[in-house]
Amino acid sequence: QLSLFRLTMKRLRSTSHSSVDSKEMKKFQLLAHKWWDEEGEYSALHSMNDIRVPFIRDTLLNMSSNYHLGNPLSGVKILDVGCGGGLLSEPLGRLGASVTGIDPLEDNIRTADRHKSFDPVLAKRIQYKSSSLEEIVEECMETFDVIVASEVVEHVADLEMFIKCCSQVLKPEGSLFITTINKTQLSYVLGIVVAEKILGIVPEGTHEWEKFVPPKELEHLLESNGFSVKTVNGMLYNPLSGSWSWMESTSINYAMHAVKSGAVGQPSPTGALSEMESEQPSATAGTTM
Amino acid sequence: TSAVMAGVCGRGLLAPLGGRLRAGPRAPLRSVAAAAPLYDVVVSGGGMVGSAMAAVLGHDIHFHDKKIALLEAGPRKEYDRMPDTYSNRVSSISPGSATLLSSFGAWDHVCSLRLKPFRRMQVWDACSEAMIVFEKDDLDDMGYIVENDVIMSALTKQLDAVADRVEVFYGSRAVGYTWPLPSHSCDTSPWVQIELADGRRLQTKLLIGADGHNSVVRKEAEIKNIEHRYDQSAVVATLYLSEATDNNVAWQRFLPTGPIALLPLSDTASSLVWSTSHEHASELLAMDEESFVDSINSAFWSNANHTDFIDTAGAMFRSAISLLKPSGTAVRQLPPSVAKVDPESRATFPLGMGHATEYVQHRVALIGDAAHRVHPLAGQGVNLGFGDIACLAHHLTAAAFNGSDLGSLKHLLKFETERQRHNVSLIAVIDVLKRLYSTRLAPLVLLRTWGLQATNALPPVKVRI
Repeated sequence: QLSLFRLTMKRLRSTSHSSVDSKEMKKFQLLAHKWWDEEGEYSALHSMNDIRVPFIRDTLLNMSSNYHLGNPLSGVKILDVGCGGGLLSEPLGRLGASVTGIDPLEDNIRTADRHKSFDPVLAKRIQYKSSSLEEIVEECMETFDVIVASEVVEHVADLEMFIKCCSQVLKPEGSLFITTINKTQLSYVLGIVVAEKILGIVPEGTHEWEKFVPPKELEHLLESNGFSVKTVNGMLYNPLSGSWSWMESTSINYAMHAVKSGAVGQPSPTGALSEMESEQPSATAGTTM
Repeated sequence: TSAVMAGVCGRGLLAPLGGRLRAGPRAPLRSVAAAAPLYDVVVSGGGMVGSAMAAVLGHDIHFHDKKIALLEAGPRKEYDRMPDTYSNRVSSISPGSATLLSSFGAWDHVCSLRLKPFRRMQVWDACSEAMIVFEKDDLDDMGYIVENDVIMSALTKQLDAVADRVEVFYGSRAVGYTWPLPSHSCDTSPWVQIELADGRRLQTKLLIGADGHNSVVRKEAEIKNIEHRYDQSAVVATLYLSEATDNNVAWQRFLPTGPIALLPLSDTASSLVWSTSHEHASELLAMDEESFVDSINSAFWSNANHTDFIDTAGAMFRSAISLLKPSGTAVRQLPPSVAKVDPESRATFPLGMGHATEYVQHRVALIGDAAHRVHPLAGQGVNLGFGDIACLAHHLTAAAFNGSDLGSLKHLLKFETERQRHNVSLIAVIDVLKRLYSTRLAPLVLLRTWGLQATNALPPVKVRI
């Protein structure tokens, strides 16, 4: 009964270079069914929507002058990399965007498909695909206005290649949003010891401190691959209230917004009219997929 | 009362989301039910509060692309002009409620039909000279007396204006609700299923119960309701004054049997709300018009319930206050005398109080009398409902702009906390006042006499009220 929405790609997975780490995949396999329990293992990700969705929404609205408050992201094509169960894809879809969610784990895609299927509006606006980023590059060159990679880069095997692929599928002057965890003593204590082992906010073993990415390193990788970093904001989770807030310091969690340069070899002008403004408002999802 | 208040809230401090998932019987739906049309919000109950809720959401820019439905069992109510006689069901609309109604264009319609602003409110005791007068320093309107039919007509007009977003089902009663399983279970429909009397089915992401103090939504959701029937009924009628006057004062006198209120409708007419015992209410309805009018005048004018003791004690207290605060005492004025009653307008209805222990559950919210029912002595009933609307709309509009699931408990709980905090103390005070003023016992009369006199003399307390 679910096969209606299943879009399985029969492409052979490249063995030599991949941003997907198979060890990481195994960790998430066990929890594929728990995505939508708002009070379960993924509750912190659910409440992260309260700051990451407004961040994405307001950044995009500030760059555009042609939008309707009732449907603010209408006409925007978004790629949600590492979408998991669709926790971030759904709110973006509700705001009017055409969302493509990809995740290497089939069980996650299955959960995501099933969850969106009950809402006809979302079912049309969101398309899920079990795939890695590399696998869609060829057919999705310069397709998306926006890429969101939230809580993903700390799990990828080859970060530079990941960023290169993002650049390839992103339109010129398109936006890339990343949220991830810094690599500091504080993030070890709070992000691993406290979050995983003591308070159980994050399922144990989810994160490896070695793979955390300091913002400077991420900025450097982005800038040397054709991106211009616009915003870096620290994020803080309060385990008592179960809610996230912004903070100055990026020593634990942080969010970054970068824009792909417009012309070849030139950084995009700051605050200039975005190419999104000239987009046709009626976009249908996944037509080229 | 504090134990009652604690029970009335019924919410633990920790783990707010836990324990909200219904334990009662429910039937998971097969995919057949997926054919029923899906709405973002369904409001059950098309009275003043339900209709206003639907209208507010319908006019909200963040709900521009959403589908809203309003279910009303009765027929459509709209008037281009009001009949010459006044309706006997009126409400005292606070300035805050007027602001809400004007936020989506309904207040203009009310003003173009008819309403009566009042500038002063005098409240006094039958057993003593104590009284309290409310008025705004800047001679602004304190509130408005509006017929319920006028409000309904204005709301209907504004619902028509957003008919592409809000679908109103007249003559439709919901007979059954089916609740979804907890959100993380993915096999059955996550929406609330509604079955109408004519067999039609609807699905919704959020069900708002505005179906009055006998709320079916509340009962089906198995939300406990603390309720109490007062041993009082309210008698309402439309009265004609002996002579035309500015009539911009609302009068209320606390008799031992219950408060009697005269609310201005025009320069020559006022509306009566007399809360009294069930027997007395039946007598009042049965007696001829002359006797009825005499009873009203006597209730407002007679000093039969005064005792020398209380009068002396009250006078002493008043002199004490005037030493400390010379302007703190005011002269008691008498309300206008009544000459006639509109023949068809006498009616009575029983009074009670009620408070739902929870205002929200997963995908459900209660507003208006479905959540709380109060005694009319404070003229607060519908204003509490409009306050609920303002708060819930505030949280829903933010949720919509964040792309959130509208039925999510996270923002519904914020609405509940805010409103319970506001409502519970007010409801408790109204209940206490009702009981305090229902007696002739000297100590309590003295207590409330001094209390009223002191409150009248102290600006900070009066302003808060």
